[in-house]
Amino acid sequence: MNDTQHAGATSQFKIHVEEKTHVGADGSELTAISDFDLELKPESMTVLMGPSGCGKTTLLRIIAQLDDRFIGKVEYPADVRIGFMFQEPRLLPWRTVKENIELVAAPDFSADDLDRLAHAVGIAEMLSRYPRELSLGLARRAALARAFSTRPDLLLLDEPFVSLDEKSADRLRRLLLEVWSERPTTAVLVTHNAREALLLADQLVLLAPRPTHVVAIEPVDVPQGERDPKMIEKVHDDLLRRYPANFSSV
Amino acid sequence: MSVTFARSETGRSLRLSRGPWVSLISVAGFVLMWFVAAEFAQSRLLPGPGAVMEYIYEETVHGNLLAELGITLWRVIAAFFVAMVIGSAVGLIMGEMPAVNRVLDPWLIVLLNLPALVIIILAYVWFGLNEAAAIGAVALNKIPNVIVTVREGARSLDPGLNEMARAYRMTPWSRFRNVTLPQLQPYFATASRTGISLIWKIVLVVELLGRPNGVGFELHLNFQLFNVTAILGYTLAFVAVMLTIEYLLVQPLERYSTRWRNQPV
Repeated sequence: MNDTQHAGATSQFKIHVEEKTHVGADGSELTAISDFDLELKPESMTVLMGPSGCGKTTLLRIIAQLDDRFIGKVEYPADVRIGFMFQEPRLLPWRTVKENIELVAAPDFSADDLDRLAHAVGIAEMLSRYPRELSLGLARRAALARAFSTRPDLLLLDEPFVSLDEKSADRLRRLLLEVWSERPTTAVLVTHNAREALLLADQLVLLAPRPTHVVAIEPVDVPQGERDPKMIEKVHDDLLRRYPANFSSV
Repeated sequence: MSVTFARSETGRSLRLSRGPWVSLISVAGFVLMWFVAAEFAQSRLLPGPGAVMEYIYEETVHGNLLAELGITLWRVIAAFFVAMVIGSAVGLIMGEMPAVNRVLDPWLIVLLNLPALVIIILAYVWFGLNEAAAIGAVALNKIPNVIVTVREGARSLDPGLNEMARAYRMTPWSRFRNVTLPQLQPYFATASRTGISLIWKIVLVVELLGRPNGVGFELHLNFQLFNVTAILGYTLAFVAVMLTIEYLLVQPLERYSTRWRNQPV
């Protein structure tokens, strides 16, 4: 039905979903995504933004090659390594935090690398704990470390800061930016939070639901490190004026 | 004041009922009852604890109690492993593949409801009075239970963790070892717990019907001689072996494999 091509040595990611249908429990078909085209800019953060339930997670699953039941094509560099941060931490409860990370880490990921990464995300003291002993915020940090430990060519983040209080969420966003800027990676983040999107995005992709398609692609040119609340509010107001449907609901 | 007193009393009785003392007193009470009953009966058909212990000692030192126990234990272990391996594999496949499940489910229901005796007799008739038929018959009695339990486990595997494993491109072996097996562990534990007791009961029947040795054979022999002392002696000795396995092997192993669950939060 689809065709996943390895585009050789380039680090191009092109996603074309002509149609993706969900089959409901009663056998009825529902078109979830149609005519979705996106080219990821290498080493930059693409943020997919749209209202809840508009097929963003489905898109990420297609990009991660977890779902191949769609009509279309996803182009990849050969042997792509993926780091995926899910909405829930999805750590293995029966492995320690350290084991969870080492289980998927890149082959050349050394003990020193683990130490550095754990310190960077603030879980150095938690490495020998089991996930059950961690708060949601700490478990998210562990999941973030795990995603980076693969030295990913493609980093996928599915609403990674949802259901955290605003303060913890903000701290984690800064952490993500810190770790990410140290080794810029092609990344796709999905969110319905406009301010989060504006803080993180190099390229902001606005989505409309049922079936999901791209409304507009807006570049955000200020480097992430230099974005302050005032600048974010300004861009937000500007986008609200131009795309009221995408911004007013949030 | 009186409230404090009452509270400390409950505290103490709670602590007492948790220790090993209550179990020991309970066992001692049973032995005492047995002793008294045997004293009253004064019959060859109800020997006292002393006579049975003496028989066990005599048979251990001069007879072949240890050899018979060893043979039975070997059969239990062999049948257990055959049943666990085959049952787990089939259960896992049936749980993950609905098509296979639909094909095998009627067979499973037939096997579940087939009396142990029928399987044993047919195994001896068709495959001869040999060790393989004996162990195979015992295993076949246990396999359907393992399948049902493990199938339940396979159906309740967390799709989120499976997706995580696929996203991170874990190898099939690593996925099996680190993601699937730990989720099935409680189901394996249940299957082996109920398994080992069921299996040793059936092994005795298999030995009674068609083996020239083992605890079941001895029970059969002594039944014909009406030697109740020997029957109780062999029974007690084997129960002791099974209890040892339970406390020294099964329970520590279970504690070890579920240690991630017992961590205080």
